[in-house]
Amino acid sequence: MGKLFFYVALALVLVSGLVFAPEHAGLAIHPMDQFTVKALFGGDHVAWYTPTNVTLWMFLAIGAIFVLLVMGSANRGIVPSRAQSIAELAYGFIYKMVEDVAGKDAVKFFPYIMTLFMFIVTANFLGLIPMSFTTTSHFAVTGVLAVVVFVAITITGFVLHGVKFLGLFWVSSAPLALRPILALIEVISYFVRPVSLCIRLAGNIMAGHAVLKVFAGFAGALGAASFLPIFAISAFYALEVLVAFIQAYVFTILTCVYLKDALHPSH
Amino acid sequence: MEGDLAYIGAGLAGMGTGIAALGVGNVAANFLAGALRNPSAAASQTATLFIGIAFAEALGIFSFLVALLLMFAV
Amino acid sequence: MASNTHDAGHGAADAAHGAADAAAHGSSGMPQLDFSTYGNQIWWLLVTLVVIYLILSRVALPRIAAILNERQGTITNDLAAAEDLKAKAVEAENAYNKALADARAEAQRIAAETRAEIQAEVDEAIAKADAEIAAKTAESETAIAEIRATALDNVKLVASDTASALVEALGGKDDTKLIAAAVAERTEG
Repeated sequence: MGKLFFYVALALVLVSGLVFAPEHAGLAIHPMDQFTVKALFGGDHVAWYTPTNVTLWMFLAIGAIFVLLVMGSANRGIVPSRAQSIAELAYGFIYKMVEDVAGKDAVKFFPYIMTLFMFIVTANFLGLIPMSFTTTSHFAVTGVLAVVVFVAITITGFVLHGVKFLGLFWVSSAPLALRPILALIEVISYFVRPVSLCIRLAGNIMAGHAVLKVFAGFAGALGAASFLPIFAISAFYALEVLVAFIQAYVFTILTCVYLKDALHPSH
Repeated sequence: MEGDLAYIGAGLAGMGTGIAALGVGNVAANFLAGALRNPSAAASQTATLFIGIAFAEALGIFSFLVALLLMFAV
Repeated sequence: MASNTHDAGHGAADAAHGAADAAAHGSSGMPQLDFSTYGNQIWWLLVTLVVIYLILSRVALPRIAAILNERQGTITNDLAAAEDLKAKAVEAENAYNKALADARAEAQRIAAETRAEIQAEVDEAIAKADAEIAAKTAESETAIAEIRATALDNVKLVASDTASALVEALGGKDDTKLIAAAVAERTEG
């Protein structure tokens, strides 16, 4: 059955390459066009309140989260249904991560971290649907996420520890002469955190989608041989599914690591 | 002419992603070597593995970003 | 510069991408760096995050936590019930074993009692028999002693009579006292 399916798909790809070969085959690759923010209902100007494709795909993310976590767990079954077991898996995964990485007293931050993770992971996966718009590929979006994490963690640190929170930068285990230099490096690395969080997520997602688009452009140019790039796209798509999850995981676990610094700043 | 130089710069910056790939491979290889020596400790360290990979990869993404900026924004 | 080449590459296809795209091209070729859309994205992101947070913290997370707790509780209860049943089974086995041991002890006790009773009866019978035997023996002994005594007396009488008859026949004087002493001396010895 699987073999038959494979051969049918192969034949379809080959035939479509022959039939739908562009009239004037040429290299027309615009890998960045897929990230354009457009107003949903026409209009030139994108004001802050205009419903755009960003709005659409963010609301779809909300819908997906609602379906998965709320409707999936509506039965409250002792023996879980499929959707419910995914919801429980996500819950347990993030809960355990917060508990293990950030410590037991970080559990009160669990809903916020779960919000972050669910948004990023659903946005990443929705972005993998062909023709969709990936909200997490924009620096504006990931930048806000990173800055929210950074500000929240800094405030938490100062509220819990006051001035002692600055001890995070003062490496007391190092020789005294080295400490100012280390403090400088620590301060810089502290402020680079949100930048790297922001660019890592958006950059990974953007790079993956741009590569897919570049291969798609090759497919348009190669005519009958277009099945070669299509195979490459299939393989790369699988990698992108992995990356979509791993980047959400990495963003969340780094948030937990930074949160641990704020809760227990002793170096 | 200036634009061509920008494309050359973008190509040079693109090499950074390859070098970051070396870093990621290094992290994964060392993790695997350690995990094979002491498999019982491997499961507890996968989070650390991903953090290490993320840090190594972030720098590659930076150079990718520089390439993009040179191609589209400069 | 790069945006120029980019625009040239697009050509007519660009028109299809709409006005927003044109606006993006106005500032740069990367939509990510088109700052005119940042306000829009940030606003909708904040709305999204707040909605997701409310959904999660008000409905989803408490519900899932409750489900997980309930499952944990059910599992714990079932385990406790199993433990209970096991304890009951062990108890029943112990009771059975105890009953068995009791019965065995009772049987032994009864056996021992019976044996002791029989022993006592036998002892009594033996004692009675012994006593009877002793009585009979004593009776016989007295009878024998009596008979012996009478026999002795008879012997003394006969002896003294014979002795006096002999003395008389031999012409001696019948000295009764002397004869009695001599007979007594002989029979005693």
